[in-house]
Amino acid sequence: MIKVLKSGFYSTIQDLGRFGYREFGVPVSGAMDSYSSNFANSILNNEKGASVLEMTMIGAELKFLEPTVIAITGANMNPMLNGESIDMFNSILVHANDILSLGNAQSGFRTYIAVKGGFLTETVLGSRSMAKEVTDVSKISKGDCLLISQYLSSVETKNAKVRFYSSYFESPILKVTKGPEFSKLSLEQQELLCSQNFEVSKHNNRMAYQLLPLFHNSLDSILTAPVLPGTIQLTPSGQLIVLMKDCQTTGGYPRVLQLTEESINILSQKFTGASVLMRLRI
Amino acid sequence: MKYKLQFLQYNECSILVEWPAIIDKNMLNDILNFKNLIQNKYGKQIVEVIAAYNSILIFYVSTIEDVNSVFLDLELLYDNCNSISVIESNTFRIPVCYDDEFAVDIDDYSRTKKLTKEEIIKRHIDPIYTVFFIGFLPGFLYLGGLDFKLHLDRKKTPNLNVKKGAVAIGGKQTGIYPQDSPGGWHIIGNSPIELFNPKQDPPCFIKAGDKVKFHAISKSEYFEIQNEITLSRFDIKTLLIV
Repeated sequence: MIKVLKSGFYSTIQDLGRFGYREFGVPVSGAMDSYSSNFANSILNNEKGASVLEMTMIGAELKFLEPTVIAITGANMNPMLNGESIDMFNSILVHANDILSLGNAQSGFRTYIAVKGGFLTETVLGSRSMAKEVTDVSKISKGDCLLISQYLSSVETKNAKVRFYSSYFESPILKVTKGPEFSKLSLEQQELLCSQNFEVSKHNNRMAYQLLPLFHNSLDSILTAPVLPGTIQLTPSGQLIVLMKDCQTTGGYPRVLQLTEESINILSQKFTGASVLMRLRI
Repeated sequence: MKYKLQFLQYNECSILVEWPAIIDKNMLNDILNFKNLIQNKYGKQIVEVIAAYNSILIFYVSTIEDVNSVFLDLELLYDNCNSISVIESNTFRIPVCYDDEFAVDIDDYSRTKKLTKEEIIKRHIDPIYTVFFIGFLPGFLYLGGLDFKLHLDRKKTPNLNVKKGAVAIGGKQTGIYPQDSPGGWHIIGNSPIELFNPKQDPPCFIKAGDKVKFHAISKSEYFEIQNEITLSRFDIKTLLIV
């Protein structure tokens, strides 16, 4: 078990997501930067779907009540174990009563902690991903006790330190493909949309990232239709809304672009004020 | 099957199939039939299929390598299916309390529409609504069939806290809020029935293609049903119209 001494700014348990329930309006959820969360699991030889802790902007402080092995990936939040700096992207043995503390994200925005075998918090509709309206607990709070898989010291982990370059999320370029309503924009608008610099607005969370400035357009609303994480909607007022992992399942705004899976991971590591550029992949 | 469909790749793993941009009950049957066909034929290759008014999104397990061959397979599947079977559906009788305690917007609504409360309720409980799909929020039903005399544009400023169960009208649509949430529709009542329960699988007892009929209940009936639900004694089957 892990006791939460400080929750950080916004921390949740996430796995690959909740699949098979979108026809009931249930968001898919799952780790925002799945590249980093998968990486943390693979360092520990965990199953791909093992649950990890996702922290946003400010890290948590955790007390381990039992021994385990952990791996930390994603944004650098200066992880310390009992007050001493520890490596990211490496498996680290922790003992009972050890205290892991993380600070502010230095580069990037989201950090992942995997534990050997994964977190064992509540499973709802086939997934442990915390989500408002779906799981009883929608984020972790101070004082929470998080169940983890029991660590058997005989279990093998990858000892060699894995080389990892976090620069993958420093690039402003987001690869996109055409959305269903892209062709309704004029050719000039199409070109502008994929060459103009945009900025991440302060309205960014697990549901959606809004971009600035406004992109003026005269597109009509559409009949409510399916959307996915990575769908970029364009509202009549010109707001570009990039839907993220906790997004609704359907929407009525024109879907002008679609981020690749890789670009969803990259955008997840961006925060207010970051510059982005959409590059159309043909 | 008789509609002209459009096939588009949506992302690395998904295909969007579009029907003409209309809201139509017969087309809904066609959409749901095709969705079932796809799920039966490609079961293991597909994660899920999301349907809305005039489109479905087919989400595949792995990255689509050859999109044109997938389009061809889907087109063939659609064209070769001649039988026009009617989708199996249930009709549910959903209790709604239109009492002033819940119907927080009914006075304004009644003034704007120049209809008495009795007329509003009568016109609201009269039709049999069709569930086109579930979206927006977990368990939110997109219902078709609202009396055109009840149409009213949504509010300019949304309510920040619409209560769970609120029955409301927005534009040409009517619906029930499955959770507390912000919303811009005119609230004319509240239903004690839980439309979304994540502790059950499936989490919704109503599905796309089903029908819904509202019926008016008193405040005491409302609290009685609510109590039964809290005590897990309420049987959803009693809502079925056979």
